[in-house]
Amino acid sequence: MSTERTHSKTSDEKPIGVIGAGNFGTVIANMIAQNRKVLLYARNTHDVKNINEKRQNRGHEIHENITAVHDYKLLANACDVIFPMVPSAHFRSMMKQLAPHLHPYHMLIHGTKGFDITLPEGETIESVKKLDRSMVKTMSEVIREESVAVRIGCLAGPNLSKELAMRQPAATVVASHFQEVIQTGKKLLKSDRFQVYENNDIVGVEIAGVLKNIIAIASGALSGLGFGENAKGLLISRGAVEMVYLGRALGGDLKAFLGVAGIGDLVTTCNSPMSRNFTVGYRLAKGEKLDQIVADMHEVAEGINTVRIAKKCADHYKVRALITDRLYKVLFEGLTVEDALDFLMRYPLNVDIDFI
Amino acid sequence: MEILEEKKNKNKKYEPILEGISEWPVYQLSKNRKEFIEEVTRKSIERIRELRPSNKQLLDDLQATAYREQNRIKRNRWRVDPKDDSSFWSDVKNELVELSTKTPDELTAPIDQLLDRIVHRYASEIAGSFKPSSYRFAREVVKFWFSRLLNGARVKKFGAFFRNQYTLRDKIHIVGKVKLLRKLARKGTVVMVPTHFSNLDSILIGWVIHEMGLPAFIYGAGLNLFNIKIIAYFMNSLGAYKVDRRKKNLPYLETLKMYSNLALQKGAHSLFFPGGTRSRSGMIEKQLKLGLLSTAIEAQRANYNSEGEQRKIFVVPVTLNYHFVLEAPELIEDYLSVKGQDRYFQENDKYGSFQLIRFLMKFFGNRSTISVSIGPALDVMGNYVNEEGHSLDSHNRIINTKDYFISSGELTVDRQREDEYTRMLSQRIVSEYHRINRVFASHIVSFIAFELWQKKFHQLDLFNLLRLTEDDLELDYQEFRAVFKRVRKQIYLMKAEGKINFASHVKGKADMVIGRGLDNVGVFHLNRPLLKNKKGNITTKDLSLLYYYHNRLVGYGLEQHI
Repeated sequence: MSTERTHSKTSDEKPIGVIGAGNFGTVIANMIAQNRKVLLYARNTHDVKNINEKRQNRGHEIHENITAVHDYKLLANACDVIFPMVPSAHFRSMMKQLAPHLHPYHMLIHGTKGFDITLPEGETIESVKKLDRSMVKTMSEVIREESVAVRIGCLAGPNLSKELAMRQPAATVVASHFQEVIQTGKKLLKSDRFQVYENNDIVGVEIAGVLKNIIAIASGALSGLGFGENAKGLLISRGAVEMVYLGRALGGDLKAFLGVAGIGDLVTTCNSPMSRNFTVGYRLAKGEKLDQIVADMHEVAEGINTVRIAKKCADHYKVRALITDRLYKVLFEGLTVEDALDFLMRYPLNVDIDFI
Repeated sequence: MEILEEKKNKNKKYEPILEGISEWPVYQLSKNRKEFIEEVTRKSIERIRELRPSNKQLLDDLQATAYREQNRIKRNRWRVDPKDDSSFWSDVKNELVELSTKTPDELTAPIDQLLDRIVHRYASEIAGSFKPSSYRFAREVVKFWFSRLLNGARVKKFGAFFRNQYTLRDKIHIVGKVKLLRKLARKGTVVMVPTHFSNLDSILIGWVIHEMGLPAFIYGAGLNLFNIKIIAYFMNSLGAYKVDRRKKNLPYLETLKMYSNLALQKGAHSLFFPGGTRSRSGMIEKQLKLGLLSTAIEAQRANYNSEGEQRKIFVVPVTLNYHFVLEAPELIEDYLSVKGQDRYFQENDKYGSFQLIRFLMKFFGNRSTISVSIGPALDVMGNYVNEEGHSLDSHNRIINTKDYFISSGELTVDRQREDEYTRMLSQRIVSEYHRINRVFASHIVSFIAFELWQKKFHQLDLFNLLRLTEDDLELDYQEFRAVFKRVRKQIYLMKAEGKINFASHVKGKADMVIGRGLDNVGVFHLNRPLLKNKKGNITTKDLSLLYYYHNRLVGYGLEQHI
């Protein structure tokens, strides 16, 4: 009887769901497991077995509170709070499978930094006539479209998995229209090494998190060319301006871009050889081809697709996005990194900030 | 000139869904009027105390309230205001002055007492009184006189005044999900949310509700309407409660919301005009007032929290479609004069009883149709509802609406969450308005003509454009016709996608439909907003009015097809 008394609310005993056993998913699961039971969904049964038996995944130790599963129904029935942490390319299909088991009381806090695009049949991003906001969705919008869940939040900020795993100081933003979601996210993630900030502009925070990947690739490229800190400072500040322009066209608010999820994440990723997007740029500048780079990466670099989408959107909304545009040409049209840089340095544009 | 005449309506009348008036929730409510006012008062006070927990905060609010009320009495007095308004508020003021010298602890008893007096006064002022005898009487009067006016004005023969050739049903077409609404009105509580273009809407909707066989709805009618004696009589007897838009103070707003909230909990079908006031611009409402809408969500949560029957609340969007809005010239003038400024619209009180009768004569005398589209029912979260009253998701799976209020397995009260839900509901209602909006030929031709002129004079801003004279404004008919066909095609496509609806007269030969549109757009205004000149080209006599009718189709992205 006494044991029942100590847990007055049944939900505190309910496990927390994490979907996606990639790097970030595993690290988040480990963080939550400090105080709560966690069900970690892995896409293939081999990983499930590994996690449950060897207590190992992608080089991370697995906390004893974590159980890996391969069943959406089980996960949705057992958990009220779920953290989807899967790449944007698989996000919608994951939601389609999860949705039949969700109810309006579920809370979903995702950590995916990419866009979802829906194109007419037979079209590609390049062939389609225009790409506008009705075809480009953030992950929270995908959740709304595919399921009955409404209490939706997202995580964004400088969260390099490896540093988090080493329990180095870091911070994140939990963004949601619902205070309830923000507070739940805070309660589950906050620790003496992990600060959690609040924001209610979820779409702005999502867009900031997505767009910063473009600048991260560019930053890697500068490094690859062997340039130093002046060049990086220039890139980051002009990159931030470009993010604001693009972000506004896509429906984000300026404030989100100045916060942890915007500038904070941007600076981190642009300085981090650990980041996948940075690595893509770095290797490009060293003269490798894109296919080659993608082929031997273990996880998706979201930035590559984001460049394609952002360029097409910038064309449609008539936003001047020079860095994105040049980067597109480097990635897909064979322009060299040197020529792209040369173009940007010669471009006659001298106004520093004109959006505040 | 071909005016779109209504065909004789073959629909048979709907039978009432409840037998006697004594069973109507609205009647139950007014039978226990006194107790109800007490309950509204008590619960409003609880809510205000929750919002203003400290005596200091409450005192500040009451001082602001008294200040504003005295200001209102000085500046903007209405016939309907109670005689003792001035003395009541100066008493309150004096008491507040006395209270401000006390310490916070001494304050509690007297400030609660004062709050009780204020809230009770507001609650009594808001409460409607529904009387079956006057309801029946009012209904008969409306039917009799409307019918007389209709036939008298229409059939041009001696003695026509007493014929019954036309009835209101010929004039007003009810389309859409009537059957669903009738079913759901038996299962739960209905909140009807119509668009608002004309002062006539309230009477029109009242008649439509009766015609569909539904019991009377309660609704918040602008207090300014009660200045007109005839209307005040009808409103009172129809169960209307009074909304005074001059009063923006916290105690008043909370009392008003509590009134609606508790009435819904007691099962009284309700009507809100969620746009708040008539659309000044002629556009379909984009921004809804969230205050009253939030009461639907609160009442639903309270119902789920109650011991008894967990009655469901259904939200039904309705659009009213006219060729012609009598007040259009004043409305658009209002709109233009304040555009760009965040200013409160003064309700103008130009209408007295005499003007009202003249208005009605005009209304019935003209032969243009009105159509009322009843939208599909939604739950308070904006999900579609089927005939059994179950909410459905986009894959037609059943959703338990109660789950929206559940946290950690328990029903919880979370005001911030419900504020967000209210915003979501209002967005759903707006998108539903666009979907069920029934486009008339007159709307299309107005839209195209104005857009073409705007494109032609793209260097001018709106106000400079509106200053152009008739001589500058002429559109080549062939060009106009080509654009018309393009836009109409787009409307067909959008209808197929379920994004818009149109009246059947929009189909057919382009020349004919354009002709219909031109003949009908704002046809009874002094200056025609759109017409053909001698050369057969399109011109206007009043561009502002054209702008008003054009606005009806704003928000569909049709501009890009001009």
